Amino acid sequence: MREITYAQAIKEAMCEEMRRDKNLIFIGEDIGIYGGAFGVSRGMFEEFGEERIRDTPISELAITGCAVGASMAGLKTIVEIMFSDFITLAMDQLVNQAAKNKFQFGGQASVPMVLRAPGGSGTGAAEQHSQSLEAWVSHVPGLKVVIPATPYDAKGLLKTAIRDNNPVVFIEQKLLYRVKGPVPDETEDYIIPFGKADIKRVGTDVTIVTYGRMVQRSLNVAEKMDKEGVDVEVIDIRSLVPLDKECLINSAKKTGKVLIVHEACQTGGFGGELVSTIVDSDAFFYLDAPVKRLGGLDVPIPYNPKLEAQVVPTEERIIAVLKELL
Amino acid sequence: MKLSKEKHKELYLKMVQTREFEETAARLFVEGKVHGTAHFCTGEEATGIGVCSALEVKDYILQTHRGHNQGIGKNMDINKMMAEFLGKETGFCKGNGGCMHIADFSVGSLGANGIVGGGIPIATGAALKQKYNKEKNITVCFFGDGATNEGAFHESLNLASIWDLPLVFVCTNNLYGMSSHISKSMNIEDISIRASSYGIKGISLDGNDVLKIYEETLKAKEYVLNNGPMLMVLNTYRWMGHSKSDPQVYRTKEEVKEWKKKCPIKRHKEYILENKIMTAMELETLEKQAVGDIKRAVEFAENSPEPRIENIFNDVYAD
Repeated sequence: MREITYAQAIKEAMCEEMRRDKNLIFIGEDIGIYGGAFGVSRGMFEEFGEERIRDTPISELAITGCAVGASMAGLKTIVEIMFSDFITLAMDQLVNQAAKNKFQFGGQASVPMVLRAPGGSGTGAAEQHSQSLEAWVSHVPGLKVVIPATPYDAKGLLKTAIRDNNPVVFIEQKLLYRVKGPVPDETEDYIIPFGKADIKRVGTDVTIVTYGRMVQRSLNVAEKMDKEGVDVEVIDIRSLVPLDKECLINSAKKTGKVLIVHEACQTGGFGGELVSTIVDSDAFFYLDAPVKRLGGLDVPIPYNPKLEAQVVPTEERIIAVLKELL
Repeated sequence: MKLSKEKHKELYLKMVQTREFEETAARLFVEGKVHGTAHFCTGEEATGIGVCSALEVKDYILQTHRGHNQGIGKNMDINKMMAEFLGKETGFCKGNGGCMHIADFSVGSLGANGIVGGGIPIATGAALKQKYNKEKNITVCFFGDGATNEGAFHESLNLASIWDLPLVFVCTNNLYGMSSHISKSMNIEDISIRASSYGIKGISLDGNDVLKIYEETLKAKEYVLNNGPMLMVLNTYRWMGHSKSDPQVYRTKEEVKEWKKKCPIKRHKEYILENKIMTAMELETLEKQAVGDIKRAVEFAENSPEPRIENIFNDVYAD
C-alpha cells in the first residue's frame, strides 16, 4: 500500500468528499491560496475555487456560527479552526448552538458540520497554541468528538465525519501532520465508522487505552516491554463520542490490568471517563490491579522545549506506571 | 406607499394576535400553568410584524428571545406556539425549547435564541447558503440593542459585508438591555451608525410605525439581494420588564406611560380609520378574531399531551 502523510490523508478526504458532494463547502482562516496554517488544504483553492474554499477574517465565533447556519439551511460545511485552542473563541456557537439546535428545536434542525482543529503540544508554540481540550467538547451532548492517530484513520474517520448529519469536532494532531503511513489508493472509497475502537497491538498481559499522538508512543512502549517479556495490548479509541465501551471492557477482562494514557491534563481529562467505563462494568471483577491513568501534568504547556517534552506522558513515565501494574 | 386593504388587515390582525398571545401568556403564569420564564415584546409588535409580513416563506429569519411578534409575523402556527409555551408534545419543539428557543423551519424560522446575539453568526451562514445556491431570497436576523455590544454582532457584520451576503440585520432597539438603558452601555444614540464600520448601509426607523417598517423591509430585500447586507434599527420601547421576574426599579412609571401613548397598534388603528380603509366595526371583528384564535390556542395546548421521558434521547443526535 502507498504511504502518505497524515496531512495529505486529511486533504484527500476533504477533496474526495467535495468532488462527490457539491453542497459541501470549506471555510476558515488562510485556508485558500495560503493552504492553511499547517498546509493541509494546499491546492484545494485551485481545484474548487473561492466559492467553496472560503478564506475568512480572523473571527472564530462568526465563522463557526456561519457553518452552523449554512449547515442548518441545507449545505454541509467543514470549518477549520487554526489551533484547537481557538475554539475558546467559538464556544457559544459550538456548545450553545451547534450541539443543541436539533434537540431544542424538537428535531427540526440538523447541523451537518465538521469543525477541524489541530491540537496538542510539541511545536514550541507554548500555552495558547498547544492544548488538548477534547474533554470539554466531549462533555456536551449533541457533539461527536474524534481524534485520529494515523493517516489511514484520519482519512477514513474524516470522510465519516463529513457524511455525518451532526456537528463533529475533529481534533487533529499537529505533530502527526508530517508522519507517513499506509493509505489505500484514491480509487478506494473507504470509511471508518465512529464508535469503533482499533486494537493497534494485540497483547495479553496489560492494556493501554489511549488516542491521538499517544498511540504511537504507547506502541513504542509496547515494543520495549515486549523485550522484557511483557505483552502489551494497545487500544486506540479513535472516537471519544461515541465511545466503543465494549472494546475497552473486553480488553480489561482479558488482561486484568489497564493503563489510560492521554496528553491532555490529567484532572478532568477524558481518562476519567475511560476509567469509569471499565470499573462501572463487570470488567471490575476481572481486574488484578487498580486501573491507572496517566495524563499530562496539570500545568499549562511551557515554551522551553525540554520542559514542554516533560509535561506530557513520556515513554519513560508510561513504562514506570505500567510496571506499577505488573 | 399604498397598501391593499388585505395587507392592512394582515398587519393589524397579527399585531393584535401578538398582544393577545402575550397577555394570555402572562395570565397563564399568574395562574401557575407554566413555569420557567417569558420575555414579552408588548409595545414592540410593529417590529417583527412589519418586517416579517414583507417576507416570503423561503426568506429565513433568526429570532430573539423576545420574538412572539417575529413568529406570528412569519406565519407560525399559533396553536403550536402556545403548546410550546406550555411545554407540550405538540409544540414546535416538542416541549424541549419553550418560547426562548422556538423555531418553525417550514415557514423559514431557523430558531429563536436564548443567547444574546447568538443568532447573528448563524444568519451569515443561512444567507451564505442562499447566495451559494443563487436563490432570490434573503435572511433577516433579529436582535436587540444589547446584542450590538457583543462580539458576535461585529464579527458577523464584517463577515456578511466582505461576502456581500443577502442579509438584513434588524436591531430592535427597545432602549433597555435587561435593566441597563442604552445610554449606560454605549456612547452613541443612533445604533445604525455602527453599520459604517463595516462599509454597509445603516438606517434608523420609528419602530412603532408598522407601515413604514413593512415598506422599508420590502426595499431592504431588494437592496441586499443586489448590494449585500444592511443594518436596520427599529427604535421602540419595551413596555414590560425584561422577564417575568423583573421589578423594574430602573425606570419611572411616567416613562412607561409616555411610551404607551405611542402604542403601535393604536397608531395603525387610527391610520386605518382616518384613511377610511376599514370601519371601526371591521377592526373590532379582527380583534374578536384574535381573541378567539388565542383562546383556541390555549385549549389546544392545554389538551395536548406532555412529552414523555422515554423519548428524551430522540433528538440529541441526527441519524
